[in-house]
Amino acid sequence: MSATATTEAPVFDKKTWMGGVEPMKVSYGKLMMWFFLISDTFTFSALLVTYGLIRFSFQAYDPAIHGEFHFSNLYWPIPERVYEAVPFLHGIQLPLVFVGIMTFILIFSSVTMVLAVEAGHRMDKAAVEKYMLWTILGGLTFLGSQAWEWTHFIHGTDEGSVIREIVNGQWVERTIFGANLTENQYGPPAFADLFFFITGFHGTHVLSGVVLNILIFYRTSFGLYQRRGHYEMVEKVGLYWHFVDLVWVFVFTFFYLV
Amino acid sequence: MSDHSSHHHDTEPGVIAEPQTKAIWRTFVILSVLTAFEFLIAFTLHHGFLKTSIFVLMTIVKAFYIVGEFMHLKHEVKSLIWAIILPCIFVVWLLLALLMEGGFIFIAR
Repeated sequence: MSATATTEAPVFDKKTWMGGVEPMKVSYGKLMMWFFLISDTFTFSALLVTYGLIRFSFQAYDPAIHGEFHFSNLYWPIPERVYEAVPFLHGIQLPLVFVGIMTFILIFSSVTMVLAVEAGHRMDKAAVEKYMLWTILGGLTFLGSQAWEWTHFIHGTDEGSVIREIVNGQWVERTIFGANLTENQYGPPAFADLFFFITGFHGTHVLSGVVLNILIFYRTSFGLYQRRGHYEMVEKVGLYWHFVDLVWVFVFTFFYLV
Repeated sequence: MSDHSSHHHDTEPGVIAEPQTKAIWRTFVILSVLTAFEFLIAFTLHHGFLKTSIFVLMTIVKAFYIVGEFMHLKHEVKSLIWAIILPCIFVVWLLLALLMEGGFIFIAR
Protein backbone atom coordinates (compact mmCIF):
# COMPACT_ATOMS: atom_id res chain seq x y z
CA MET A 1 0.00 0.00 0.00
CA SER A 2 2.78 2.36 0.90
CA ALA A 3 4.39 1.67 -2.47
CA THR A 4 1.30 2.79 -4.38
CA ALA A 5 0.99 5.88 -2.21
CA THR A 6 4.49 7.01 -3.09
CA THR A 7 3.99 6.43 -6.81
CA GLU A 8 0.66 8.27 -6.85
CA ALA A 9 1.80 11.39 -5.04
CA PRO A 10 4.09 12.74 -7.82
CA VAL A 11 1.39 12.07 -10.42
CA PHE A 12 -0.97 14.32 -8.47
CA ASP A 13 1.68 17.05 -8.23
CA LYS A 14 2.18 16.98 -11.98
CA LYS A 15 -1.42 18.05 -12.58
CA THR A 16 -0.43 21.66 -11.94
CA TRP A 17 1.34 24.08 -14.28
CA MET A 18 4.25 24.38 -11.83
CA GLY A 19 4.95 20.67 -12.26
CA GLY A 20 5.16 21.01 -16.01
CA VAL A 21 1.86 19.39 -16.96
CA GLU A 22 -0.91 21.64 -18.22
CA PRO A 23 -4.54 21.20 -17.15
CA MET A 24 -6.78 21.09 -20.25
CA LYS A 25 -3.52 20.74 -22.21
CA VAL A 26 -3.22 24.49 -22.56
CA SER A 27 -0.77 26.92 -20.99
CA TYR A 28 -1.71 28.99 -17.95
CA GLY A 29 -1.72 32.26 -19.89
CA LYS A 30 -3.88 30.92 -22.69
CA LEU A 31 -6.44 29.42 -20.30
CA MET A 32 -6.67 32.70 -18.40
CA MET A 33 -7.14 34.53 -21.71
CA TRP A 34 -10.03 32.17 -22.51
CA PHE A 35 -11.62 32.88 -19.12
CA PHE A 36 -11.19 36.61 -19.62
CA LEU A 37 -12.83 36.31 -23.04
CA ILE A 38 -15.75 34.42 -21.49
CA SER A 39 -16.28 37.26 -19.01
CA ASP A 40 -16.03 39.76 -21.87
CA THR A 41 -18.59 37.69 -23.77
CA PHE A 42 -21.01 38.26 -20.91
CA THR A 43 -20.44 42.02 -21.03
CA PHE A 44 -21.09 42.22 -24.77
CA SER A 45 -24.03 39.82 -24.43
CA ALA A 46 -25.52 42.12 -21.79
CA LEU A 47 -25.24 45.07 -24.17
CA LEU A 48 -26.77 43.21 -27.13
CA VAL A 49 -29.51 41.64 -24.99
CA THR A 50 -30.31 45.14 -23.69
CA TYR A 51 -30.62 46.26 -27.31
CA GLY A 52 -33.08 43.43 -27.94
CA LEU A 53 -35.10 44.20 -24.81
CA ILE A 54 -35.38 47.92 -25.58
CA ARG A 55 -36.11 47.34 -29.28
CA PHE A 56 -38.94 44.92 -28.44
CA SER A 57 -40.37 47.42 -25.96
CA PHE A 58 -40.76 50.01 -28.76
CA GLN A 59 -43.19 50.22 -31.66
CA ALA A 60 -41.71 48.45 -34.71
CA TYR A 61 -41.88 50.08 -38.16
CA ASP A 62 -44.83 48.71 -40.10
CA PRO A 63 -45.53 49.98 -43.65
CA ALA A 64 -49.26 49.27 -43.18
CA ILE A 65 -49.48 51.68 -40.23
CA HIS A 66 -46.71 54.23 -40.84
CA GLY A 67 -46.64 54.36 -44.65
CA GLU A 68 -43.38 55.23 -46.43
CA PHE A 69 -40.33 54.93 -44.15
CA HIS A 70 -39.06 58.20 -42.77
CA PHE A 71 -37.13 58.98 -39.61
CA SER A 72 -39.53 59.28 -36.71
CA ASN A 73 -39.25 58.94 -32.96
CA LEU A 74 -42.59 57.11 -32.96
CA TYR A 75 -41.05 53.80 -34.04
CA TRP A 76 -37.73 51.93 -34.07
CA PRO A 77 -35.81 52.74 -37.29
CA ILE A 78 -34.73 50.18 -39.89
CA PRO A 79 -30.91 50.15 -39.48
CA GLU A 80 -30.24 49.87 -43.23
CA ARG A 81 -31.99 53.22 -43.72
CA VAL A 82 -29.88 54.86 -41.01
CA TYR A 83 -26.47 53.60 -42.12
CA GLU A 84 -26.37 54.31 -45.83
CA ALA A 85 -23.58 56.89 -46.11
CA VAL A 86 -20.11 56.17 -47.51
CA PRO A 87 -17.10 58.53 -47.35
CA PHE A 88 -16.49 60.66 -50.50
CA LEU A 89 -19.91 59.66 -51.86
CA HIS A 90 -22.02 62.38 -50.33
CA GLY A 91 -25.74 62.26 -50.96
CA ILE A 92 -25.73 58.78 -52.51
CA GLN A 93 -27.78 56.16 -50.68
CA LEU A 94 -25.68 53.03 -50.23
CA PRO A 95 -27.31 51.08 -47.40
CA LEU A 96 -24.90 49.09 -45.21
CA VAL A 97 -22.09 49.32 -47.80
CA PHE A 98 -19.66 51.08 -45.45
CA VAL A 99 -20.48 48.72 -42.56
CA GLY A 100 -19.85 45.83 -44.95
CA ILE A 101 -16.43 47.25 -45.87
CA MET A 102 -15.63 47.60 -42.15
CA THR A 103 -16.66 43.97 -41.60
CA PHE A 104 -14.31 42.77 -44.34
CA ILE A 105 -11.45 44.88 -42.96
CA LEU A 106 -11.87 43.25 -39.55
CA ILE A 107 -12.21 39.71 -40.94
CA PHE A 108 -9.10 40.27 -43.03
CA SER A 109 -7.09 41.57 -40.07
CA SER A 110 -8.18 38.42 -38.22
CA VAL A 111 -6.73 36.36 -41.08
CA THR A 112 -3.39 38.20 -40.97
CA MET A 113 -3.36 37.67 -37.19
CA VAL A 114 -3.81 33.92 -37.56
CA LEU A 115 -1.07 33.96 -40.23
CA ALA A 116 1.20 35.69 -37.68
CA VAL A 117 0.40 32.96 -35.14
CA GLU A 118 1.17 30.31 -37.78
CA ALA A 119 4.49 32.02 -38.59
CA GLY A 120 5.27 32.06 -34.86
CA HIS A 121 4.91 28.28 -34.71
CA ARG A 122 7.59 28.03 -37.39
CA MET A 123 9.82 30.55 -35.52
CA ASP A 124 9.70 32.73 -38.65
CA LYS A 125 10.46 36.14 -37.11
CA ALA A 126 10.25 38.11 -40.37
CA ALA A 127 6.84 36.65 -41.25
CA VAL A 128 5.48 37.35 -37.74
CA GLU A 129 6.60 40.98 -38.09
CA LYS A 130 5.05 41.29 -41.56
CA TYR A 131 1.67 39.85 -40.55
CA MET A 132 1.55 41.78 -37.26
CA LEU A 133 2.04 45.00 -39.24
CA TRP A 134 -0.85 44.07 -41.57
CA THR A 135 -3.00 43.29 -38.52
CA ILE A 136 -2.16 46.65 -36.91
CA LEU A 137 -2.95 48.40 -40.20
CA GLY A 138 -6.32 46.61 -40.41
CA GLY A 139 -7.15 47.59 -36.83
CA LEU A 140 -6.27 51.23 -37.41
CA THR A 141 -8.29 51.32 -40.66
CA PHE A 142 -11.28 49.90 -38.82
CA LEU A 143 -10.94 52.50 -36.05
CA GLY A 144 -10.70 55.28 -38.65
CA SER A 145 -13.82 53.98 -40.40
CA GLN A 146 -15.67 53.87 -37.11
CA ALA A 147 -14.62 57.44 -36.33
CA TRP A 148 -16.04 58.53 -39.70
CA GLU A 149 -19.26 56.63 -39.08
CA TRP A 150 -19.68 58.18 -35.63
CA THR A 151 -19.03 61.67 -37.05
CA HIS A 152 -21.65 61.16 -39.74
CA PHE A 153 -24.13 59.74 -37.22
CA ILE A 154 -23.60 62.65 -34.80
CA HIS A 155 -23.86 65.36 -37.49
CA GLY A 156 -26.83 63.81 -39.26
CA THR A 157 -28.27 64.14 -42.74
CA ASP A 158 -28.58 67.39 -44.71
CA GLU A 159 -32.35 67.60 -44.25
CA GLY A 160 -32.51 66.58 -40.59
CA SER A 161 -35.78 65.34 -39.12
CA VAL A 162 -38.76 67.22 -37.82
CA ILE A 163 -39.79 66.00 -34.39
CA ARG A 164 -42.89 66.88 -32.39
CA GLU A 165 -42.53 67.31 -28.67
CA ILE A 166 -44.45 68.83 -25.78
CA VAL A 167 -42.80 71.99 -24.44
CA ASN A 168 -44.65 73.82 -21.60
CA GLY A 169 -47.83 71.91 -22.36
CA GLN A 170 -47.82 72.75 -26.09
CA TRP A 171 -46.96 70.61 -29.11
CA VAL A 172 -43.90 72.14 -30.77
CA GLU A 173 -42.25 71.09 -34.05
CA ARG A 174 -38.49 71.31 -34.35
CA THR A 175 -35.89 70.13 -36.87
CA ILE A 176 -32.97 68.21 -35.38
CA PHE A 177 -29.79 67.05 -37.07
CA GLY A 178 -27.90 63.91 -36.10
CA ALA A 179 -27.91 62.29 -32.72
CA ASN A 180 -26.46 62.55 -29.25
CA LEU A 181 -27.34 60.84 -25.98
CA THR A 182 -30.59 62.81 -25.51
CA GLU A 183 -31.76 63.61 -29.08
CA ASN A 184 -31.90 61.46 -32.17
CA GLN A 185 -33.04 62.40 -35.67
CA TYR A 186 -33.16 58.74 -36.78
CA GLY A 187 -35.59 57.43 -34.21
CA PRO A 188 -36.10 57.10 -30.46
CA PRO A 189 -33.16 58.50 -28.42
CA ALA A 190 -32.58 54.99 -27.01
CA PHE A 191 -31.53 53.85 -30.51
CA ALA A 192 -28.69 56.39 -30.60
CA ASP A 193 -27.70 55.61 -26.99
CA LEU A 194 -27.38 51.91 -27.81
CA PHE A 195 -25.45 52.69 -30.99
CA PHE A 196 -22.93 54.76 -29.03
CA PHE A 197 -22.61 52.23 -26.21
CA ILE A 198 -22.38 49.04 -28.28
CA THR A 199 -20.14 50.23 -31.12
CA GLY A 200 -18.21 52.42 -28.67
CA PHE A 201 -17.50 49.52 -26.32
CA HIS A 202 -16.45 47.39 -29.30
CA GLY A 203 -14.28 50.23 -30.65
CA THR A 204 -12.57 50.48 -27.25
CA HIS A 205 -11.75 46.80 -27.53
CA VAL A 206 -10.33 47.31 -31.03
CA LEU A 207 -8.21 50.19 -29.71
CA SER A 208 -6.76 48.13 -26.86
CA GLY A 209 -6.23 45.27 -29.35
CA VAL A 210 -4.23 47.58 -31.63
CA VAL A 211 -2.13 48.74 -28.63
CA LEU A 212 -1.43 45.10 -27.68
CA ASN A 213 -0.61 44.25 -31.31
CA ILE A 214 1.86 47.14 -31.49
CA LEU A 215 3.48 45.89 -28.27
CA ILE A 216 3.76 42.37 -29.71
CA PHE A 217 5.19 43.71 -32.97
CA TYR A 218 7.74 45.79 -31.03
CA ARG A 219 8.85 42.85 -28.89
CA THR A 220 8.96 40.51 -31.92
CA SER A 221 11.13 42.90 -33.90
CA PHE A 222 13.55 43.16 -30.96
CA GLY A 223 13.80 39.37 -30.98
CA LEU A 224 12.37 38.78 -27.51
CA TYR A 225 10.22 35.80 -28.52
CA GLN A 226 13.00 34.37 -30.69
CA ARG A 227 15.27 34.34 -27.62
CA ARG A 228 12.46 32.95 -25.46
CA GLY A 229 12.11 30.05 -27.88
CA HIS A 230 8.38 30.40 -28.57
CA TYR A 231 5.83 32.91 -29.83
CA GLU A 232 3.04 32.11 -27.40
CA MET A 233 2.39 35.80 -26.67
CA VAL A 234 1.35 36.21 -30.32
CA GLU A 235 -1.17 33.40 -29.80
CA LYS A 236 -2.59 34.94 -26.61
CA VAL A 237 -3.02 38.39 -28.13
CA GLY A 238 -4.30 36.63 -31.25
CA LEU A 239 -7.09 35.05 -29.17
CA TYR A 240 -8.10 38.52 -28.01
CA TRP A 241 -7.99 39.93 -31.54
CA HIS A 242 -10.16 37.13 -32.96
CA PHE A 243 -12.60 37.71 -30.12
CA VAL A 244 -12.89 41.37 -31.14
CA ASP A 245 -13.62 40.18 -34.69
CA LEU A 246 -16.16 37.68 -33.34
CA VAL A 247 -17.98 40.39 -31.38
CA TRP A 248 -18.18 42.50 -34.54
CA VAL A 249 -19.83 39.57 -36.36
CA PHE A 250 -22.56 39.63 -33.70
CA VAL A 251 -22.84 43.44 -33.62
CA PHE A 252 -23.04 43.46 -37.44
CA THR A 253 -25.93 41.00 -37.41
CA PHE A 254 -27.92 42.19 -34.41
CA PHE A 255 -27.39 45.91 -34.75
CA TYR A 256 -27.12 46.53 -38.49
CA LEU A 257 -28.84 43.64 -40.28
CA VAL A 258 -31.79 42.49 -38.16
CA MET B 1 -2.65 24.87 -30.02
CA SER B 2 -0.83 22.26 -27.96
CA ASP B 3 -0.10 20.10 -30.98
CA HIS B 4 1.30 23.10 -32.86
CA SER B 5 3.53 24.47 -30.11
CA SER B 6 5.66 21.35 -30.21
CA HIS B 7 6.37 21.77 -33.94
CA HIS B 8 9.35 24.07 -33.61
CA HIS B 9 11.19 21.52 -31.50
CA ASP B 10 11.31 19.19 -34.50
CA THR B 11 12.93 21.71 -36.82
CA GLU B 12 16.61 22.49 -36.83
CA PRO B 13 17.58 25.91 -35.42
CA GLY B 14 17.86 28.46 -38.18
CA VAL B 15 15.76 26.39 -40.59
CA ILE B 16 12.26 27.82 -41.15
CA ALA B 17 9.56 25.33 -42.11
CA GLU B 18 7.16 25.86 -45.01
CA PRO B 19 3.96 27.78 -44.15
CA GLN B 20 0.82 25.68 -43.60
CA THR B 21 -1.87 28.21 -44.46
CA LYS B 22 -4.39 26.20 -46.46
CA ALA B 23 -6.92 25.88 -43.59
CA ILE B 24 -6.61 29.60 -42.79
CA TRP B 25 -7.47 30.73 -46.32
CA ARG B 26 -10.28 28.19 -46.54
CA THR B 27 -11.81 29.66 -43.37
CA PHE B 28 -11.36 33.18 -44.78
CA VAL B 29 -13.22 32.22 -47.97
CA ILE B 30 -16.06 30.65 -45.93
CA LEU B 31 -16.40 33.77 -43.74
CA SER B 32 -16.36 36.08 -46.78
CA VAL B 33 -18.94 34.05 -48.69
CA LEU B 34 -21.25 33.93 -45.65
CA THR B 35 -20.95 37.71 -45.16
CA ALA B 36 -21.67 38.30 -48.85
CA PHE B 37 -24.67 35.96 -48.57
CA GLU B 38 -25.94 37.97 -45.58
CA PHE B 39 -25.80 41.10 -47.76
CA LEU B 40 -27.76 39.37 -50.48
CA ILE B 41 -30.44 38.33 -47.96
CA ALA B 42 -30.53 41.85 -46.45
CA PHE B 43 -31.73 43.33 -49.76
CA THR B 44 -33.84 40.54 -51.22
CA LEU B 45 -36.02 39.30 -48.36
CA HIS B 46 -38.68 41.24 -46.49
CA HIS B 47 -38.30 41.77 -42.76
CA GLY B 48 -39.72 38.85 -40.88
CA PHE B 49 -39.09 35.63 -39.05
CA LEU B 50 -37.40 33.88 -42.01
CA LYS B 51 -34.93 36.71 -42.61
CA THR B 52 -34.00 36.97 -38.92
CA SER B 53 -33.60 33.18 -38.67
CA ILE B 54 -31.22 33.12 -41.65
CA PHE B 55 -29.16 35.95 -40.13
CA VAL B 56 -28.94 34.21 -36.74
CA LEU B 57 -27.98 30.91 -38.41
CA MET B 58 -25.29 32.60 -40.58
CA THR B 59 -23.91 34.36 -37.49
CA ILE B 60 -23.65 31.12 -35.53
CA VAL B 61 -21.89 29.42 -38.46
CA LYS B 62 -19.44 32.34 -38.74
CA ALA B 63 -18.85 32.25 -34.97
CA PHE B 64 -18.16 28.51 -35.26
CA TYR B 65 -15.45 29.08 -37.87
CA ILE B 66 -13.84 32.05 -36.05
CA VAL B 67 -13.78 30.31 -32.65
CA GLY B 68 -13.10 26.82 -34.02
CA GLU B 69 -10.40 27.58 -36.60
CA PHE B 70 -8.95 31.03 -35.88
CA MET B 71 -9.08 30.67 -32.09
CA HIS B 72 -8.25 26.98 -32.51
CA LEU B 73 -10.89 25.84 -29.99
CA LYS B 74 -11.93 22.96 -32.27
CA HIS B 75 -8.52 21.36 -31.72
CA GLU B 76 -8.41 21.82 -27.93
CA VAL B 77 -9.37 19.14 -25.37
CA LYS B 78 -13.08 18.48 -24.77
CA SER B 79 -13.12 19.91 -21.23
CA LEU B 80 -11.90 23.30 -22.50
CA ILE B 81 -14.39 23.32 -25.38
CA TRP B 82 -17.28 22.71 -22.99
CA ALA B 83 -15.94 25.21 -20.43
CA ILE B 84 -16.30 27.86 -23.15
CA ILE B 85 -19.53 26.74 -24.83
CA LEU B 86 -21.67 25.90 -21.77
CA PRO B 87 -21.68 29.41 -20.25
CA CYS B 88 -22.63 30.85 -23.65
CA ILE B 89 -25.72 28.63 -23.84
CA PHE B 90 -27.06 30.40 -20.74
CA VAL B 91 -26.74 33.71 -22.60
CA VAL B 92 -29.23 32.41 -25.18
CA TRP B 93 -31.71 31.82 -22.38
CA LEU B 94 -31.15 35.36 -21.04
CA LEU B 95 -31.68 36.73 -24.55
CA LEU B 96 -34.97 34.90 -25.08
CA ALA B 97 -36.25 35.79 -21.60
CA LEU B 98 -35.51 39.49 -21.99
CA LEU B 99 -36.86 39.67 -25.57
CA MET B 100 -40.18 38.35 -24.25
CA GLU B 101 -39.97 40.82 -21.38
CA GLY B 102 -39.45 43.63 -23.90
CA GLY B 103 -42.58 42.53 -25.73
CA PHE B 104 -44.56 42.71 -22.48
CA ILE B 105 -43.20 46.22 -21.76
CA PHE B 106 -44.44 47.26 -25.23
CA ILE B 107 -47.94 45.94 -24.46
CA ALA B 108 -47.97 47.59 -21.03
CA ARG B 109 -46.94 51.04 -22.33
